[in-house]
Amino acid sequence: MSDADAGGDDGSAGQRADGGGLAGPRATLAKRADCVRSRMGEMARWKADAIVILSTLALVYVLFLVLSWGQGLDANGTANTLARLTFLAAAYALLVLALNLHWGYAGLFNIGVAGFMSVAVFTLAIVSGGEGVGFGLPIWAGMIAGMLAAAALGAIAALPALRLRADYFAIVTLGIAEIVRYLMKSQWVASHNLFGQRVGLQGSAPVQVPSAQEYVYKLFTVDGSPRADPTYIGTQFFVIGEWFGLERPTVMAWGYALFVILFVVFAYLLLSRIAYSPFGRILKAIREDEGAAQALGKPTSRIKIYSFVLGCALMGLAGMLWQASRFTVGADAFMPILTFYVFVALIVGGSGSNAGSIVGGIAFVGLLLQGPRMLQAVISKHTDVPDTNTIYEGVTAFASGEVMPFVGYAIGNIELLQRMFVGVVLIVLMLRRPDGILGHRKEIAAATDLSRPTEGRGSGSAAASGGGGDE
Amino acid sequence: MDASDVRRTLSRLRVEQVLGAILGLLLVFLVVDLFRQLLTGTLELSALRRYVWQGIVVGLIYGLAGIGLSMTYSILRFANFSHGDLLTTGAFSGWATAYVIAGFGAYGLGDLLLVRPNNNPPPGEIGMSITQVPVAIVGGLVLAAVVTVLIALAADRLVYRRLRNESAIALLIASVGVAFVLRYLIAFVFTTSNRSVPASPPTERIDLGFFSTTVDLHEMTLVVSAVVLMIAVHLMLQYTKLGKSMRAMADNRDLAKITGIPTERVVLATWVIGAALAGVAGYLIVLNTGTITYTRGWTLLLPIFAGVILGGIGSIYGSILGGLIIGIVDQVAIVWVPNRLTTAAAFLLMILILIFRPQGLLGGVETA
Repeated sequence: MSDADAGGDDGSAGQRADGGGLAGPRATLAKRADCVRSRMGEMARWKADAIVILSTLALVYVLFLVLSWGQGLDANGTANTLARLTFLAAAYALLVLALNLHWGYAGLFNIGVAGFMSVAVFTLAIVSGGEGVGFGLPIWAGMIAGMLAAAALGAIAALPALRLRADYFAIVTLGIAEIVRYLMKSQWVASHNLFGQRVGLQGSAPVQVPSAQEYVYKLFTVDGSPRADPTYIGTQFFVIGEWFGLERPTVMAWGYALFVILFVVFAYLLLSRIAYSPFGRILKAIREDEGAAQALGKPTSRIKIYSFVLGCALMGLAGMLWQASRFTVGADAFMPILTFYVFVALIVGGSGSNAGSIVGGIAFVGLLLQGPRMLQAVISKHTDVPDTNTIYEGVTAFASGEVMPFVGYAIGNIELLQRMFVGVVLIVLMLRRPDGILGHRKEIAAATDLSRPTEGRGSGSAAASGGGGDE
Repeated sequence: MDASDVRRTLSRLRVEQVLGAILGLLLVFLVVDLFRQLLTGTLELSALRRYVWQGIVVGLIYGLAGIGLSMTYSILRFANFSHGDLLTTGAFSGWATAYVIAGFGAYGLGDLLLVRPNNNPPPGEIGMSITQVPVAIVGGLVLAAVVTVLIALAADRLVYRRLRNESAIALLIASVGVAFVLRYLIAFVFTTSNRSVPASPPTERIDLGFFSTTVDLHEMTLVVSAVVLMIAVHLMLQYTKLGKSMRAMADNRDLAKITGIPTERVVLATWVIGAALAGVAGYLIVLNTGTITYTRGWTLLLPIFAGVILGGIGSIYGSILGGLIIGIVDQVAIVWVPNRLTTAAAFLLMILILIFRPQGLLGGVETA
């Protein structure tokens, strides 16, 4: 089983991503992976998945604990950092799961993720937003409407998908996402009188978007702000938090992170269920050979549209859970780079694997997104780096034997280096490991795993090439 | 044609045909509306002429950059998402050269090499216009092409060559990675600030007796360079052996190989020509718009793609034509839609073309 394979080397996932490894360590690693594989081969699929996901999460947590300690954060600060990490990882995992349904299962190369998120978020703003923005309906109605809007846009976008080559389709989806972004900023949706209410997105300025976060926070205190009176449930959790030295906002942030995780679990279960349904089998057949699936009389077009629409709805959901929690959102929060981040996370995890999607989300947020920023804080705390304005000053100082000005410039611009590093990781993955950490295209489509008897005897290589039925 | 024929045609109508007819009617409506606006005076003729001219200027840039994109698409068979960042590479390397030529010795080398990251020296003072120090502007143009070619060849050697036999999607994803590396490397070196680079454009009054107008000399520089380069590419493709091999390779790679065409050398030439044109396009667009920033090329990528798709992927003339159309739509759409939506209108045109005529306007030809 490939999941088991990753069970052996998930820890080195990040490091492996950019190195590829030498022959020696790789051989030992493979032996160890074989051993783990034979043990995990007997496990249920979900158990093996859970182990891989949780061990990745644990490793990223350990890394962040070390970095927080290096930064000199107290217990509250550390917990807050971890809450932020967990929340972002969950948001990315949800997005990657949805994208995996498109690219990993249906073979639809969608690079308009940001557009589908944005449509959902702004629909939420119109339906549930307050005075001057929206109609002020309950948040659940807004979130359902948001998902429906994203699904509807997905249905429109999927129509050309049936006729186009994958790379043309990619350009179409990117174009749609950009059109949506320009539209949301335009005067056309800035302000309208609808049903006697003044609604609109106010042009290019960010608008206030209602968030599920507010409602989760209201479980803890009466009006959702940390300073207000705690509710009955809130009192219990705040007391537990105090034992560990956590302040109220930290406890509440963890509450929301866990709320988002609930949705990830739900999406994972849904998508795993789909993957093993007749519907999922047709999806895999389409991905492998669309002509053959068609020849067998499968309604390939319809199936592709359904899966695309479902994935778009999930992207909308993720967008609302993530971006809306900033309270004010502008159209420019949905630049194409967001889409590419999700794609990198998918490729890190490996397309075609639901567990891999979650692992990819966690690894991306931990190692590529938040990690470098933490490292920046640690370095600038412990070393006295000078502020350097331009790279020229850094390089000239370097030539005269001073290293620090250059280091100062690099640390000051670590976000640029981080994005560059994302690009490097993407290239190296495509060159060395196009299937990602957990990705694999060979998997059993049958509901019962036909290869299990041989796996049970622990013949690792046969299992690897035959593919476990983990997704 | 009798009634049964009509009925048969009607019953065979496909969804796309119906949608296409609706779109055609919409287009007719827009054209009629344009005349109405002109006649009623809502839109002045001089304004429309200005929009169209601006559209042609921008469209020439799209076309120039589109040639390279189209060539990599037809010969290397993938959508190169790092093409936009080749424009940025050309813009920064070219303007750095121009600044160094014009201001060497008089100003700090750091300010010159990094294209005034601290908004110093002022472009007017250093002479950044075609009339003040023409040698700097032309030198920048040449270096923009040279540096961009070197960067593109490095990317090919390090990344694309190793993926030569992979699928188009694998190459596309790798090119996104290359785009990230290039863009943020440029941002890291040249800083992220958005600054104005050329001096305000000099103008010249032309009087031909029956017709007189004032021309912006920077705009003229752009138009002349772009047209000359396009003609050069046309001559190269039609009348040299290299051009013939390129067209052969775009047509059928395997057949080209067994005919004895050195495919790797053709690929090299593709990168050289495509990247040089991209670098020059990036340099010239800054001459026209006046400001430079590291995301410039990336924001231009989608309009360039739109032009290439409109003209028909793989067709050089198609990408020039498509670029011009996209440029004009981008400017003239202001007659009907709000300011911010003109680019969206151009993208919409691209999507519609992809759906209804995936082979493009000059379609079918996957040859240069």
